[in-house]
Amino acid sequence: MPDLHLTRRGLIKGLGLSACSAAAHPWLTSVTLAGSDGRAPLGDHRLVVIILRGAMDGLDLVQPLDDPAFATLRPTLGAGTGSHELTGGFGLNAAAGDLMPLWSAGELAFVHATSTPYRDQRSHFTGQDLLEAGGGTAAGDGLPRDGWLNRMLGVVPGLTAEIAYAIGTEALPLLQGDAPARSWAPDQDMQLSAQARLLLEHVHHDDPVFAAAVAEALVLTEAGMTGDTRSAKRDKVFADVDALVDFAADRMLAQTRIVAFSQAGWDTHRGQAQAIGRPLSRLSRTILRLAEKLGPQVWGKTTVLAMTEFGRTVRENGTGGTDHGTGGVMVAAGGAVKGGQVLGAWPGLRDGDLYDGRDLLPTSDVRAWAALAMRDLYGLDRAVLEKTVFPGLDLDWTGAKIGGLIR
Amino acid sequence: MIRCKADFLRADCEATEMTTDPTDPTTAIAAFRFGFGLPLPKGAPVTPATMIGHLVAPDPMDAVYPRLRLTEVAEATRTAHEAQAAARKDRSKEAAEKAAIDVVLTLAATGFRRQLARSLDSPDGLRERLVRFWTDHFTVVTRNKPNAAIVASFVDDAIRPHVTASFAQMLTAATLHPAMLTYLDQVVSVGPNSRFGKRQGKGLNENLARELLELHTLGVGGGYGQGDVRELAELLTGLRVDPGEGVVFDDRRAEPGAETVLGLRYGGKGMDPIKAVLADLALRPETARHVTGKLVTHFLTDAARPELVDALSEVWMRTWGDLAAVTGAMLDLPAFWSTQAQKARNPVEFLVASLRALGVSGADVMAATEKDFRQLIMAPLIAMGQPARGAAGPDGWPEALTDWITPQGMAARINWAISAPKRLGKTMPDPVALVPEVLGPRASERLIWAVARAESRSDGVALILAAPEFNRR
Repeated sequence: MPDLHLTRRGLIKGLGLSACSAAAHPWLTSVTLAGSDGRAPLGDHRLVVIILRGAMDGLDLVQPLDDPAFATLRPTLGAGTGSHELTGGFGLNAAAGDLMPLWSAGELAFVHATSTPYRDQRSHFTGQDLLEAGGGTAAGDGLPRDGWLNRMLGVVPGLTAEIAYAIGTEALPLLQGDAPARSWAPDQDMQLSAQARLLLEHVHHDDPVFAAAVAEALVLTEAGMTGDTRSAKRDKVFADVDALVDFAADRMLAQTRIVAFSQAGWDTHRGQAQAIGRPLSRLSRTILRLAEKLGPQVWGKTTVLAMTEFGRTVRENGTGGTDHGTGGVMVAAGGAVKGGQVLGAWPGLRDGDLYDGRDLLPTSDVRAWAALAMRDLYGLDRAVLEKTVFPGLDLDWTGAKIGGLIR
Repeated sequence: MIRCKADFLRADCEATEMTTDPTDPTTAIAAFRFGFGLPLPKGAPVTPATMIGHLVAPDPMDAVYPRLRLTEVAEATRTAHEAQAAARKDRSKEAAEKAAIDVVLTLAATGFRRQLARSLDSPDGLRERLVRFWTDHFTVVTRNKPNAAIVASFVDDAIRPHVTASFAQMLTAATLHPAMLTYLDQVVSVGPNSRFGKRQGKGLNENLARELLELHTLGVGGGYGQGDVRELAELLTGLRVDPGEGVVFDDRRAEPGAETVLGLRYGGKGMDPIKAVLADLALRPETARHVTGKLVTHFLTDAARPELVDALSEVWMRTWGDLAAVTGAMLDLPAFWSTQAQKARNPVEFLVASLRALGVSGADVMAATEKDFRQLIMAPLIAMGQPARGAAGPDGWPEALTDWITPQGMAARINWAISAPKRLGKTMPDPVALVPEVLGPRASERLIWAVARAESRSDGVALILAAPEFNRR
């Protein structure tokens, strides 16, 4: 692997980049405008964003086996756990081994040593707020109130709510905001007589929050989007994952272009060798079932980005787990992804290489990867990415180096 | 109206029997904001003075639905762990393992039902709401079945007896409960330079130390650094859960030497320095602001109200974190008696309020078959977004109205409102008469108009339960 030993100062100053071409349209480059016909302003490309809650240990998913310090820092995790060979001296955790065919097909990539600008406090909850808001560096006032994926939708004219779905019963700040987007859980049903429906609308008329939620629920249940949970063949262990993916795939095969949801269970403070197996197999299942349900044609136009609030400590802790850290891994999958690579500059694991003497040093801003993906998929302009979608993001220092991950 | 002063003497606040008038706006506020809604159980207090009087008096539910004590679940928990270990070695013992785990799960389910029953029956609704508030503040969850009953006992042992104690007492009880020590991994954290640590090559786990500062006391941005997390983690080493004796301090696992947390040095051995740091953390001004801020958010509004936080933290600091005084001060602030209902009932509150509106009692809940309980309570809670197994993380459930009043959340509430009332084994009430009974002065003209035009009693009842004024508090 390239052992760059970048200093943070070097990172910030060194990576000059020529700006994306200036577009005639204030928001979108001419490429997208030419490709959109009004009915499908985002074109054919599908983007799925998965928020991995609890801080996924990137060093355990994509193990730097060739780094001489790794085995020492991680006596029970990593080396010797039977990983699958990737490239550049990295190995994939055995629990995610089902993904190897995708890797071989060039439809799976990883970005290593990446993070949001959040530093030092290492709070899951602030970290997730920042990841989903897409701006700011700490809790509090600087944080945008809406999610970056929603702001992305907000800059594209002519979108309907059906274009974007937040899926699950939990709130997903990533897609909350002024731009229209749907929020729904699979297997949700609502049986109302015509009269009851009219009366309900009457009762909710003066309360906008309730009126909007119920109107949306009515639209979705009447459109038959309640899923078909009983007949579908699903593995019991993965029943909820399968229900979610099937629902997402149905939407994506129709009008939907943007899907977001979250998966928890990554906070592996102890016994990580076993504990990370379950969330990893769920994530693998999610990606593989999505590929299967979408079919080759739509999967070929799909990008899945799975990102987490921060990485975990480089050293194993005293209990066979890892504590809250900084740099981590983003997973990118899909037919639209330039797969088969481990992206991102490798900072090294020697004492002087670590952030705060304990964490993997982030060498790229995870927002930059998402920004470049959206640029390449939808033609979003640099100015809008830096100012509106990810306020404070500087594509200059990271953009040239990373180059993007879309085919 | 007699009111307790912020620094009231408890004797001033004795409960007096009140007649409640559901059409009185103050009664409705007491019921919705500080309880589980109308109709209020018989004898329920509705003024600040009487509410605090009830709260500091003995818990009326103790005799009806007894607390599930740690001591009652310890034996079954130990047996289940042993049976699980035995079955791992010898598969012929799997039936015994299942039987032992079933005992634990039944205990846990009983604990959960008793909590619901108390919320339905108690005239002291404020106590029940506070128990749920503090339980969420100190969220514990388990995925390990043999520990299920320990988690149920956490509410009854660490939280319920301390809602009018000092915050330091509740913090200590919660932190030093086996459920917390297990959930946040303290039980496996070992001082790297302790005898055990050196011999076994084991070391620290920061999980509890970090959440103790970030979630339970100071709050994120509360002026602590990574160094404080580390030192506190070292200070907490030695705490261990013994299946027979409960929480013990094991010097062989404790990091030697003194630790410094937020500039204060904690030396000595055993539980004392741990209790000392908890007591100090409880009285930090950052803790006062963080926790009273959560009270304001939970009971009143999602919007920032710094002046209310100032007022409550001032009482906190002056009374050494006396939770009865802080609760009393909250009830004494006129802002808390605003008629604007800015919060959403969360799914548990929605279900309790609905069941109570339909005449379901605690005894009914205790007697329900397992199947009915699952279909009418447990599965709907999952669909509404608040499963009984607990929140996804130690930060507990979300608070914002928009987190609960979502399309999928409202679909689940409406579904329940349509299908469940028919299955409760109660006479379906006349919806027109039910409106004033469960909403008092909050009923809107729109709802009254619509309920009168419903096709069936059942549709009318569903409209009430789905109405904004029933789901807001």
